Amino acid sequence: MQHSVSIKDLSLNFGHVKVLQHLDLDIGQGEFIVLLGPSGCGKSTLLNCIAGLLDVSEGQIFIGGKNVTWEQPKDRGIGMVFQSYALYPQMSVERNLSFGLRVSGMKKDEIEKRVSRAAEILQIGPLLQRKPANLSGGQRQRVAIGRALVRDVDVFLFDEPLSNLDAKLRSDLRVEIKRLHQRLKNTMIYVTHDQIEALTLADRIAVMKGGVIQQLDTPHVIYNRPVNLYVAGFIGSPSMNFFEGSLSGGTEPVFTADDGTKIPARNYKFDTVPDSKPMAAVLGVRPEHIVIGDHAKTMTFQAEAEIEIVEPMGSDTLAWTNICGKSVTFRCDSDVLLEAGQKLPVGFDVERGSLFSAETTNRL
Amino acid sequence: MADLSHSRSASAGSAANGSRRLFHNLFVRNFSAKLAATPMIMTVLIVFIGCTAWTIFYSFTNSRSLPSGELVGFDQYTRLFSNRRWNASVLNIMTYGVTSLCFTMVVGFLLAVFMDQKIRFESAFRTVFLYPFALSFIVTGLVWQWIMNPAFGLQAAVQSWGFTSFTFDWLKNRNMVVYALVIAGLWQGTGFVMVLLLAGLRGIDEEIWKAARVDGIPTWKTYIFVVLPMMRGVIVTTLVIVGSGIVRLYDLVVAMTQGGPGISSEVPAKYVYNYMFGAGNLGQGLAASSVMLLTVFIILIPWMLIEFRPKSHS
Amino acid sequence: MLLFAALYYLFPLYVMITTSLKGMPEVRLGNIFAPPMEVTFAPWVKAWDSACTGLYCEGLKPGFWNSVKITVPSTIISVLIAAVNGYALVNWRFKGSEIFFTVLLFGSFIPYQVMLYPLVIITAQLKVFGTLQGVVLIHTIFGMPILTLLFRNYFASLPPELFKAARVDGAGFWRIFFEIMVPMSLPIFVVAVILQVTGIWNDFLFGVVFAGTTNYPMTVQAQ
Repeated sequence: MQHSVSIKDLSLNFGHVKVLQHLDLDIGQGEFIVLLGPSGCGKSTLLNCIAGLLDVSEGQIFIGGKNVTWEQPKDRGIGMVFQSYALYPQMSVERNLSFGLRVSGMKKDEIEKRVSRAAEILQIGPLLQRKPANLSGGQRQRVAIGRALVRDVDVFLFDEPLSNLDAKLRSDLRVEIKRLHQRLKNTMIYVTHDQIEALTLADRIAVMKGGVIQQLDTPHVIYNRPVNLYVAGFIGSPSMNFFEGSLSGGTEPVFTADDGTKIPARNYKFDTVPDSKPMAAVLGVRPEHIVIGDHAKTMTFQAEAEIEIVEPMGSDTLAWTNICGKSVTFRCDSDVLLEAGQKLPVGFDVERGSLFSAETTNRL
Repeated sequence: MADLSHSRSASAGSAANGSRRLFHNLFVRNFSAKLAATPMIMTVLIVFIGCTAWTIFYSFTNSRSLPSGELVGFDQYTRLFSNRRWNASVLNIMTYGVTSLCFTMVVGFLLAVFMDQKIRFESAFRTVFLYPFALSFIVTGLVWQWIMNPAFGLQAAVQSWGFTSFTFDWLKNRNMVVYALVIAGLWQGTGFVMVLLLAGLRGIDEEIWKAARVDGIPTWKTYIFVVLPMMRGVIVTTLVIVGSGIVRLYDLVVAMTQGGPGISSEVPAKYVYNYMFGAGNLGQGLAASSVMLLTVFIILIPWMLIEFRPKSHS
Repeated sequence: MLLFAALYYLFPLYVMITTSLKGMPEVRLGNIFAPPMEVTFAPWVKAWDSACTGLYCEGLKPGFWNSVKITVPSTIISVLIAAVNGYALVNWRFKGSEIFFTVLLFGSFIPYQVMLYPLVIITAQLKVFGTLQGVVLIHTIFGMPILTLLFRNYFASLPPELFKAARVDGAGFWRIFFEIMVPMSLPIFVVAVILQVTGIWNDFLFGVVFAGTTNYPMTVQAQ
């Protein structure tokens, strides 16, 4: 299959600082890829390399099968949307949209056609004669998307496009970007530090840290089967609960927490089944996989726990408690009324959790 | 097409990629930028580095009216420092420099503090203090020469009011003429210092003032012990600008005193000019200008230490 | 206190204006405080038209026009070069660009006297010594550090994403400069022009050395 964007062994150094290290990434035609990571992980840098705004130190970039490693940004068949919108302040919306087309010397009626199509898709027709200063944040970002749209390119690059918007607008525009993708079926590469955006938008997510892609997979796999401790801890809010301990493998694998509690891991789907010699391991359990009350009695791990803090979130409720000597969060339905100091049975299944080697931090 | 470029880059390996990159780096990348920066590069290489090196080199020769002559080591420098006129120039510029620097900084800071009290007509005052800076040293010199002229100026005016014993003849007084220059220089330059320092004062967080007030620290103490240390960067920059201006002092002297009476208001910049273009003793002028250069570098050291020290704490 | 200081700053201006409006006999009375008893513009006319400077008695008129002929092109050229330079330094960094800029800044502190004589030789070689072009060249060179710093800092304060967006749109070096950057930087152009006009208008040293006697600016003549 022809890849839409293909990155081969890409490295970028600023002096002695290695920002990207031997990166490989293949993106299919029409795929929505999200680069996710904390600030400084290299996600924006990678996007700038793909756009041609930064020169790479090593490796190659292919877009639409063409080696564009040393091409100018305009020759790469990309459109880009920036966090601060980056609209040209002295030009009207219409001229902002058409600037790139005018630079390339396109015929007037063709420019007009493309601008009005973009305006129609993004519903910014009435704004065309305004200056960016007279637009709201949401309108500005639509214009910025429109600027990428008129270029009629195969690949859209988004650099944290929603980070400057308030929460309400952000979720509205998120849906619109998704709708836009379904309508246009372009390849989209989207950089964000917001995991909700990543999980909701992406066909596949690339979780990055330290200039390296930690895991590249569908949101479902990333969330449920993180490949290492870093991805497990980074994705999910509140984050996964971790128990340090040891694991003895073999036919009857058992996880022993540091306080001595033994938890059978019989049904856990190991990537590679460890042998019976005990090894240092970490067990991760998501807050929503810890259950309370009678339901807890059916779980492979059960205990009696005292609630310390209750945080009602509206749609659900978060609570803090202590299990196996560790502070643990769990999530339950908002109809369940909890109180601090209350004692109740809790439990979880190891097979819904994740086991990691403490030594390599990789998934077992 | 895609396969072709894949296989080519794969087989050619990193060597071809490397040479392509070298070509790219040298000629293609940022070509316009390099073209646009040519005037700057030429200025740096030819004027700032080239001319300075030229001057330093020929200051070690016995060139007369043309830059030729043979190398004579430090001869020009020994002669320079045994020259009465040069030594007077150095002494004068030091007197001028120290007095002028102290007064501009103190007066400039006081004015800035007063301007910072949310006074009325702030912009009017600012204009009054700043307008002399827009005038040339030539005009400054001529005006103050006029005011200090014993026959027409301040002295004559006050005497005509009946205070016949009043004298203000600094321009004719060998011991005071440098201070006459200081007065004119202050008039011209303090406004600029005030504006710089005022900007520094305004840059200080309002909450510092609130905190000081809550702690009950008197205003003047807050200025001296809290605000001044926080303005270190602005103050050093101001000192460097004022300092390097002092070393260059030339126009004002030419317009106001011509170095007189006698040689009592001679300054190094004038010495350099006279030896280079007047006395036909180029080597001597070049040696003197090299000493000026060295002085400026010494003045710049504190600034360099602050601006370019490795930022370890951040 | 402020009023007192303001008097010190205003007094010379007062003296300048009143004295210039007095007739010569009144000046000799030596009362610089008194306003003119008889306002006369004769000294202004004389200074402009027929005052003697050196050998010529044409007043400051030729010097004034020389100053204009020096100031206008010097200002335009130096501001344009510095603007392009500052833009290149911020958005199109190349290897060594920062080093050149640092040296340029340091260069601005070198006393002019140090570079004076070599520059005389260079301008003489270029056959522009003692001409208007020569002074213009010198002013352009020495205006570069401070103006470049001014423009560099201004352009650095603009959002870099604007520049990136323009590159993705396919605009090149000059197009981004003229269509995106310049329209956004009118205020800083005004500052730069004011700075250069006052600086060059008030210059004495370069005028006296490089302009040549027939092209002396007003400052040299007045002195």
